[in-house]
Amino acid sequence: MPNVHRRTFLKYAGLGAAVITAGSLAACSSEDGGGDITPGTGVSLGSGDFAVLNYAFALEQLEAAFYTQVVATPYTGISDVERIFLTDIRNHEIAHREFFRKALGTNAIPNLTVDFSTIDFTSRDKVLAAAKTFEDLGVAAYNGAGKFITTPNYLVLAGKIVSVEARHAALIRDLISNGSFASDADSNGLDFAKTPQDVFAAAKVYIKTEIDATTLPK
Amino acid sequence: MNLQNIFSELEKQDAELSGRLDTRRDAMKQFRNIGRVLALSAIPLALGSMLKKAYGRTPQDVLGVLNYALTLEYLEAEFYATAITKTSLFPTPAALGAFTTIANHEAAHVALLKSAITGAGGTPVTKPTFDFAGGALNLPTFTDYPTLLTVAQAFEDTGVRAYKGKATVLMENPAVLTVALQIHSVEARHAAHLRYMRRNLASAPQPALKPWITNAENNVAIIQPVYAGEDNDVQAGVTITGIATEVNKAAATEAFDEFLTEDAVLAIAGNFIKK
Repeated sequence: MPNVHRRTFLKYAGLGAAVITAGSLAACSSEDGGGDITPGTGVSLGSGDFAVLNYAFALEQLEAAFYTQVVATPYTGISDVERIFLTDIRNHEIAHREFFRKALGTNAIPNLTVDFSTIDFTSRDKVLAAAKTFEDLGVAAYNGAGKFITTPNYLVLAGKIVSVEARHAALIRDLISNGSFASDADSNGLDFAKTPQDVFAAAKVYIKTEIDATTLPK
Repeated sequence: MNLQNIFSELEKQDAELSGRLDTRRDAMKQFRNIGRVLALSAIPLALGSMLKKAYGRTPQDVLGVLNYALTLEYLEAEFYATAITKTSLFPTPAALGAFTTIANHEAAHVALLKSAITGAGGTPVTKPTFDFAGGALNLPTFTDYPTLLTVAQAFEDTGVRAYKGKATVLMENPAVLTVALQIHSVEARHAAHLRYMRRNLASAPQPALKPWITNAENNVAIIQPVYAGEDNDVQAGVTITGIATEVNKAAATEAFDEFLTEDAVLAIAGNFIKK
């Protein structure tokens, strides 16, 4: 961007001191389009708020399937307390998944086929690392999608769920390294927020079913 | 980040603005470009300036929410800033480290909210004078470690519920809503860690306490108002208990955090504000 423009904008916003280079926002701009989602193919999420809820439903399916596997085939050396916590989290994710299934009714996407072949479920480190990825991604997804929701009650519901995902994320991080519950908050003390495109790009490796996310609001 | 939406939203609410198309287009263009050169950190401030230029004022209800949030963040920030000066109170370096991490976040939230309010043409509320003994509660907050953790947990769980209760007011303002959500989930991470710290307290372990809130359970009577209504298990008309074989009432209530009204939050926080 030419300097003259840059200067004008800064003057306009009165923010000269606050400038930091940031590629991240450019990636969120509507003109930049999505990630690896193929338009018009795969399972459609629907439109409007249904698309956002189906997006959440897809992620909850993924998380519920992951923890179901973790609890069914516990990693080597799992402690009693870890088993209790991971079972609780599984139950929460199943509650979220089934809530969305019911709330969406005939608008719900079908069950997704997941692919966890990249995760070694016998390894504590690998399982907790994957759990951290899923939980942080879930928080980022809800935080990033909140602004797309047009029905107030759905926004409240997303809020009720995202703080529970954040509690999971904090606990998983503490199990990996005590004290790291929120260590990736930015310098403003803010949590992650990701666009659906970025979230799907990160989750893609774990979802076999092709999803058409192009109808999600941008 | 689709900041242009702010303008289409404003336009819907103010037909006069669409008459000023040049101004709007100009503002949108500059707004988009600002998005490219500023980090997310600057967005609330930029948003404030831009709304003021394009619209003349910022909706008072959004400013009201930001000032409400600021009041709670002042409370938390001063609480943690004071706590970490009492180094001998903490049994381990990890415990002091956790409080320091949280102190930094709360101080950052205060700064961010103040700049957002100022940027939007509002006036940040003055920081109240706090009494962390809780007035008549007369708590040994800064001399007894279990009490310190209890108060911290109460503040964090309250903060989560307070932000959640205001999300819908911010719907018209996507950038501010996103920032509020990003603060909200960090508060939830804090709450989870503090509950975990209390669970593992060497002097008085609380094995029933989990990072998530089970029913409306809490083992310290004076902070019970923080958990009022957390035992709700009906969401949008759907009963969560029994929705699958794995989901009993405890799981159903843990899986969804509930919001608190502003009155309820201020009644809790009010114990720690000098009248």
